Amino acid sequence: MRIPLAAAIGMFFTALYFLAAIFAPLLAPYGYDEVVSSGFWDPPSAEFLLGTDGIGRDLLSRMIYGGRTTIFVATAATILSFTTGSVLGFLAAVAGGWVDQLLSRFVDLLMSIPSLIFALVVLSVMPVTLPVLIVVMGLLDSTRVFRLSRAVAVDIEVMDYVEAARLRGEKTAWIIFREILPNALSPLVAEMGLRFIFMVLFVSTLSFLGLGIQPPQADWGGIVKENAEGIVYGAPAALMPAFAIATLAISVNLVADWILNRTTSLKGGRG
Amino acid sequence: MSDPLVKVRDLKIGATVYPPGEKPHDIEIVHGVSFDLEKGKVLGLIGESGAGKSTIGLASMAYGRGGVKITGGEVWINGRDILKTSFKDVRALRGGEVTYVSQSAAASFNPAKKIMEQVTEAAIEQGKFSKKDAEARARALFAKLGLPDPDNIGERYPHQVSGGQLQRCMTALALCPEPDLVVFDEPTTALDVTTQIDVLKAIKEAIHDTGVAALYITHDLAVVAQVSDDIMVLRHGDMVEYGDVDQIINAPREDYTKALVSVRSIEHEEKPPSGEPVLSVRNITARYKGTKFDVLHNVNADLYPGQTLAVVGESGSGKSTLARVITGLLPPREGEIEFAGRVLSPDLASRTRDDLRELQMIYQMADVAMNPRQTVGTIIGRPLEFYFGMKGAEKRKRIIELLDEIELGEGFIDRYPAELSGGQKQRVCIARALAAKPKMIICDEVTSALDPLVADGILKLLLNLQKIENVAYLFITHDLATVRAISDNIAVMYQGRVQRYGSKSEVLSPPFDDYTDLLLGSVPEMRLGWLEEVIANRKMESAGN
Amino acid sequence: MPLIVKLLVQRIALGLFLLLLVSALIFAGTIILPGDVAQSILGQSATPEALANLRAELGLNEPALQRYFSWLGGLMQGDLGTALTSGRDIGESIAQRLSNTLFLAFWAAIVAVPLAIFLGLLAVRYRERWPDKAISGVTLASISIPEFLIGYVLMFFFGVKMGWFYPTAAAFRPDAPLLDKLDAIALPVATLTLVVLAHMMRMTRAAILNVMQSAYIETAELKGLNSFQVIYRHAFPNAIAPIVNVVMLNLAYLVVGVVVIEVVFVYPGMGQYLVDSVSKRDVPVVQACGIIFAAVYIGLNMIADIVAILSNPRLRHPK
Repeated sequence: MRIPLAAAIGMFFTALYFLAAIFAPLLAPYGYDEVVSSGFWDPPSAEFLLGTDGIGRDLLSRMIYGGRTTIFVATAATILSFTTGSVLGFLAAVAGGWVDQLLSRFVDLLMSIPSLIFALVVLSVMPVTLPVLIVVMGLLDSTRVFRLSRAVAVDIEVMDYVEAARLRGEKTAWIIFREILPNALSPLVAEMGLRFIFMVLFVSTLSFLGLGIQPPQADWGGIVKENAEGIVYGAPAALMPAFAIATLAISVNLVADWILNRTTSLKGGRG
Repeated sequence: MSDPLVKVRDLKIGATVYPPGEKPHDIEIVHGVSFDLEKGKVLGLIGESGAGKSTIGLASMAYGRGGVKITGGEVWINGRDILKTSFKDVRALRGGEVTYVSQSAAASFNPAKKIMEQVTEAAIEQGKFSKKDAEARARALFAKLGLPDPDNIGERYPHQVSGGQLQRCMTALALCPEPDLVVFDEPTTALDVTTQIDVLKAIKEAIHDTGVAALYITHDLAVVAQVSDDIMVLRHGDMVEYGDVDQIINAPREDYTKALVSVRSIEHEEKPPSGEPVLSVRNITARYKGTKFDVLHNVNADLYPGQTLAVVGESGSGKSTLARVITGLLPPREGEIEFAGRVLSPDLASRTRDDLRELQMIYQMADVAMNPRQTVGTIIGRPLEFYFGMKGAEKRKRIIELLDEIELGEGFIDRYPAELSGGQKQRVCIARALAAKPKMIICDEVTSALDPLVADGILKLLLNLQKIENVAYLFITHDLATVRAISDNIAVMYQGRVQRYGSKSEVLSPPFDDYTDLLLGSVPEMRLGWLEEVIANRKMESAGN
Repeated sequence: MPLIVKLLVQRIALGLFLLLLVSALIFAGTIILPGDVAQSILGQSATPEALANLRAELGLNEPALQRYFSWLGGLMQGDLGTALTSGRDIGESIAQRLSNTLFLAFWAAIVAVPLAIFLGLLAVRYRERWPDKAISGVTLASISIPEFLIGYVLMFFFGVKMGWFYPTAAAFRPDAPLLDKLDAIALPVATLTLVVLAHMMRMTRAAILNVMQSAYIETAELKGLNSFQVIYRHAFPNAIAPIVNVVMLNLAYLVVGVVVIEVVFVYPGMGQYLVDSVSKRDVPVVQACGIIFAAVYIGLNMIADIVAILSNPRLRHPK
């Protein structure tokens, strides 16, 4: 199989970020909460490759550990959002009738409020802990996965080959796993990439607002918040996560695009 | 002698293709085609899909659709090469000297504007007529084309008139600016056969009365024979044969043309009913869930072992609904289905495995009837595994036998549907149905999405397999030529009822009921003067009434 | 009743019904969950008596349904309740902030909407050529960076390094002359513009391309019309509904973006107020802000649908 250059680059950087997240303690030169300099917002040097933050912690170490937290939370929330959303979406499509109506209308309702606003409302009464964050983000986002998987499954369900399988007498399990799922997989996997990016942005935003991951734990949104004051003094420390988030997001996007294109070309193949 | 109106020399057309997983590249789709067209004459361009006929038609307006580019040659119209003039001149040509009628008027009319505004736009814009004159001319054309209420129909929006009417409005749109040439691109293909004849008649008379020249593009030789003076046969972007209509229809020189002329002329001797029917449809009345009217009313029919019952009708006649009732996808409100001596449960879920196995189905769109993620071997092998528990070498052997029966062979076993041509896909679907060793197969418009020659191949294969396997077909189609080719018994359906039922010879011989008469009389025949005869007959009839 | 009127009435009724359900959802979100408002205000060290007193004072001992209806009744009469932390009337605190937020969103929309439509048209005009590719590249980059970081990047370069604009909106005074106010919000407006521009442009491009690929555009070209006539007479009447739809959906998106951007630029608006109140666990304020944001969001979505209904020729001119 030929992999286009853009997708290969995307995969390389995505893998790099995940490896850095897993092996953060080995890679980071200092501890995430270790004050290593008496100065604040030190410029980059041989000792501190990205400089230090507002209270003298090594910024590179905080970025690496921060990536670990951000990627962990985003991954967990994506998995939750995906399992919930796709299981319910397929169920709604295959079962139809009142099951479908009930689920679809409830999702419509949840999606009529911006998810950030709803998350803020819920977080105003919940303790802000990692599990709470993951559950809130995952469940709110599962509405989108629900809509997509339901739509994909409904599209496939009306295909004559599914009808042919029904007429042959195949069981529902065969129809879902052998006829529908193989054809739904690529769009869902591509969507998974997009949802993951959205989760990274979402958790970073919450942390930036002070309502996500709590200090001294490091994460990319939190690093912006901690160092925001420095901007006015000309210290760019707060901008570091921009680069990290953007490269991760673009890499995942490139991979997702490639997966999606592969599907469409397979479907559209003629003669 | 003066130059002809249109003179095309060595026309070459290219296109950019985007194959999956490869770099986009240019290919040539028309390889040097030449023809002349005199004022007031009609040239028919005929060929199967991919022949390049529409592309050539649009090239006469210096237009390429999508990534299509004219790469070489000359197109002379009214004494100038339009491929070498300025874009301003080309604009003056389009909509003024040359106009276009597309296959789908429904898509070609702007949904947000009134018909009159769109019909007169080019005539006014090109400075040919004032608004008032253009509208008067449009109303005259509406009347000539047989549209109802010609004085006011222009005030309607496109969605407020029927498909056949809109197609005639499109013809009015093309004729309104008094062009020298009209390009008709499959103008009747999307219509039902009884509607087609009215539009065809309107177009033919309009061409004759206005003295305009026309390029008439179609895949249907019988249609083009009614309206053309000359015919050019195209295949894969090459000219195959070019001559006057009489020579092409009555004395074709090339093998390909001969094949096109003799298409749909399969001879099939009808068999008399023998033994007990394999399928009896009794008093079936059905409606779709959540609707308030029946789509089938008291339908009765019998199908005998090893024979073919053709169910024929136009869109909305209920013929596909009948198939859904028989397969159990739509339980009927009243009536019952008897199959192989037993009464079938109305609902699919409660039918036995043998019920399902012995009653197979083949679909119109072979494309979506096969899971794109499964190989041909898996697709044909599944019924063997499911119904007969076959595995391994035994299953493979049987798959290969079936592949041989459908004339594809072992080499196809590991291919995916996307790697097959339209005809090959339909053959694999036939093999899948045969794998279940059915007593009966429902064939739902199985040839209508295919080019005529390919469709003929499928029909011949089906007839051949019927002899070998003694399987009965319930053959649903809108095409009477197909009915003649394959059926032993016929049920003509109209608005959810069986209008006429009996053996092929009975159904197709007079005396006819009104609808069957109209239907049979509307099918274009492959001979000159057919359209005139029909028009004359109908005039006489209406005068007699 | 004509079909179109029926559809419009239905859509508006649906919008109001949704709003009602959303109010219930927001209320439920703050009471059913395990957190306790009294506990969160007073902290872990609070005595049981103090907690009980506060609960009684807040009416937390009454059944949830009754509290919901009295809250809803208040909302209907424009009474948003009293803030827990400051004891002030929420309606009063919100009024000025809401007008500040709308001021910011309005100017962001004024800049973003025409720019997005223009760039969308440009991308269609030069489809698959470099302007289109450049635009889609920038789009990809800008949707990959969270809003608040775009804000800081602009603040850092244009506010601090170059010194062209105020780095924050702290200088914003609601009663200052218009030009001064605009000067103070230049960077927040730029940020919000960038945030919605990408989506709006991409969707505009898709909407116009969809229309331009219709067969009736080909018909218009084959009539020899020039490209202005083709676009003005044939593409525009059909593209207007999808474009308005795109604009409305993105304005709804902008409403959410405002929350974060106000925090970045220390702008005295609703978003800032909401976020502060969440941190302070001032539940009545969160509920009030939540319902207002949701109302704006639902309203914009409703307008998008209404425009689509009104511009559908099949509905305007029934058979």
